Amino acid sequence: MSLLAEMNQRALHFGVPLSVHLDVTYRCNERCVHCYLDHDDHGEMTTAEIKDVLTQLSEAGSFLLTISGGEVFMRRDLFEILEYARGLLFNVKLKTNGVMIREREAKRLREIGVEQIQISIYSHRPEVHDAITKLPGSLKRTIDAIRFLRAQGLKVTIANVLMSENFADYAGVIALAKNLGASYTVDPTITPKIDGDRSILRLNIEESDLRQVFRDPALVDDVEKFCAPPPPPGEDVMEGYPCSAGHTSCYISPYGDVYPCVAFPLPSGNLRQQTFLDIWHGSAELKQVRSIRAKDLTTCSSCAHVGSCSRCPGLAYFEGSMYGPSSADCQKSFQRTGIPSANMLRSGQGQRSASGPLIQIQPMDHSVPMVVSSWEQNNLTA
Amino acid sequence: MSEKYIRRSSQIAARMLGGEMMIMSVKDSTFFTLDSVATAIWQAADGRSSLTEIVASKICSQFDVSLETAVRDAEVFVQELAGHGILQISDRPIMNAEQTRGAQ
Repeated sequence: MSLLAEMNQRALHFGVPLSVHLDVTYRCNERCVHCYLDHDDHGEMTTAEIKDVLTQLSEAGSFLLTISGGEVFMRRDLFEILEYARGLLFNVKLKTNGVMIREREAKRLREIGVEQIQISIYSHRPEVHDAITKLPGSLKRTIDAIRFLRAQGLKVTIANVLMSENFADYAGVIALAKNLGASYTVDPTITPKIDGDRSILRLNIEESDLRQVFRDPALVDDVEKFCAPPPPPGEDVMEGYPCSAGHTSCYISPYGDVYPCVAFPLPSGNLRQQTFLDIWHGSAELKQVRSIRAKDLTTCSSCAHVGSCSRCPGLAYFEGSMYGPSSADCQKSFQRTGIPSANMLRSGQGQRSASGPLIQIQPMDHSVPMVVSSWEQNNLTA
Repeated sequence: MSEKYIRRSSQIAARMLGGEMMIMSVKDSTFFTLDSVATAIWQAADGRSSLTEIVASKICSQFDVSLETAVRDAEVFVQELAGHGILQISDRPIMNAEQTRGAQ
């Protein structure tokens, strides 16, 4: 177990929200076809409110802070927020499309001590990338931004969300990342819109493409092991938690709403009405999320994949019940191993689920081991 | 041996968790945890106090250890942290010391 994983266990033991994802705006200068957000300002927290939230989070023991959006540089006070967060000694990761990052911004990010910047690129070809972002010239500006950031010695990860429009280009993005000295993470995941609209799920890649991703040695360190049938679950598995959402991590919207995770839109309190710790310790919703063990899951508790599935409770919630299956994850397990899930057998399906496949893979950089991680760690930057 | 002064780097992230200090270098993402003794030294590393002063006030006042032994151990420890860029070491006080508010 890595030291960070040990700290996560410790945070679980002490009930500490070790990892927090804070969206500072939903406004954006791109209009990506797959984005799950709207782009209006419905009353974002002020600079002072965000600083107060950050102070509360530091006092609660939060350490890993992801600042995202929307496009974070749409906020004129972004650097003030980042400086304040770093003053509180958060480890800060920034998610951005990079379009507004020039040499000056890159230098300031380095001076402030942002640990990592994640930037979305959909294709190495401008005609594909710019068609997805709907912003002409965006690929060039984003690549320029990565060069400025790398020139400052900053760590950059290129996040490559896969859709039917750009699936053929992921090898090109891998090569681009290598050329720029950036890490690469691929995410064949289209999520329902935050308001529940599922229409964008039509953009998901095909099942055959998903199988290809799972079996591509460029993305998966040990394909044979990764795609092996799941071992029988032990008691520890059945007593285990579905994921860290609400246990050691949470999400805060630009309006101060607290959720278990960015992909788990269960309103659990608002920071304009309560303190963070009152919500974290007192929210009935978070208590319910924390009470769920694998053995409590309807259908999934009897599934062969229960111990190895990436089941996302947020997607299950989207489908109707946080105790139920996430059919997107059923597809993942099926495409990975060839073994249908209990949910698929029950519903008699071998065909594609309504919500499409969902996976996250983070390999490629060669110094980073292959990881297929849970939903809440996903690359959801708009 | 000359007196040493130590200062926390601004290029780190840190937080207390269950009595241990988590520290991550934002330059290379190296992750450390410090026990209570190491945490006391690290938190006192303001660039103005000498290592001997820090050890005397934070360690020897709380533990049954001689100043000479404790300083010798602390020098090894601070050299290691400096090697990872999370502490600065100097033979004279380090001005413009840490602006961060300190880990909770």
